[in-house]
Amino acid sequence: MNWYKYSSPSAFYPLAGKMIPWFAIPAAILFALALYIGFFVAPAMAGDQNQVYHIIFIHVAAAWMGMFLYVLMAIYAGIGWAFNARLASMMASSLSITGALFTLISLVTGAFWGKPTWGTWWAWDARITSTLILLFLYIGFISLQSAIDDPRRADRAGAVLAIVGVINVPIIYFSVQWWNTLHQGATIRLLEKPKMTGAMLAAMFIMLAACWLYSIAVVLIRLRCIILEREQNAAWVAEGAA
Amino acid sequence: MNWPEFFSMGGYGLYVWGSYLTALIVLGGEVVLLMRRMKSCKRIYRDRE
Repeated sequence: MNWYKYSSPSAFYPLAGKMIPWFAIPAAILFALALYIGFFVAPAMAGDQNQVYHIIFIHVAAAWMGMFLYVLMAIYAGIGWAFNARLASMMASSLSITGALFTLISLVTGAFWGKPTWGTWWAWDARITSTLILLFLYIGFISLQSAIDDPRRADRAGAVLAIVGVINVPIIYFSVQWWNTLHQGATIRLLEKPKMTGAMLAAMFIMLAACWLYSIAVVLIRLRCIILEREQNAAWVAEGAA
Repeated sequence: MNWPEFFSMGGYGLYVWGSYLTALIVLGGEVVLLMRRMKSCKRIYRDRE
């Protein structure tokens, strides 16, 4: 199989269309499963009166997605810039919206967590502030791209911003270790016994898997839109492949 | 299952359901807007032909 073939938008467009249901349907099933385990299985096992912990399933998954998708966006933007690959740049544009939305969810759910547990909706602590900067980087990338008319120039400008902004991701991740933050330390650490029960961990990881599958599905759908919008004068579109 | 107790979340209902409602609105909104965008792109091409 010649994979290079799929680096051209005209070849990737129909392939992406076939791939979407394979991500969208499992995403819906896993979202339902994560919520079922999180709300109906985990409470019995946790035996905890403080039910506010239910927020962490969506909060942690959204926060991770915000960071993962940023790194992925920067990688695609970088590839698009370095190798002049327009499909990779379109992928970066598509990722930016979904990444920004997950970051927004992590900030809002974080506020809903902060009020009952720490007594405040918002604090200018290192992790919360660096996550807000992540959201601003996404918004900066999106507005920079929409402000420049020539798409390839917009891709290059976006790539510079995205790549420089990657420095913020390790800052978010290590902020709870480097600084004395109001935000608690990592919930899950490699090589350490987690502080959560099995069902809670299962709910969190299934939620994360669901968010990944969801992200792939919506990013591919948006990528198809971007391909059509940008290539509308190309022969393959005019011939009615859409 | 005691539903009123379930929805009160031990007094934290506002925070827990507020969080999930936010996620539902944001992600659901993304899907709805995306479907509209897809429809309008495809229409442009049909109209050209």
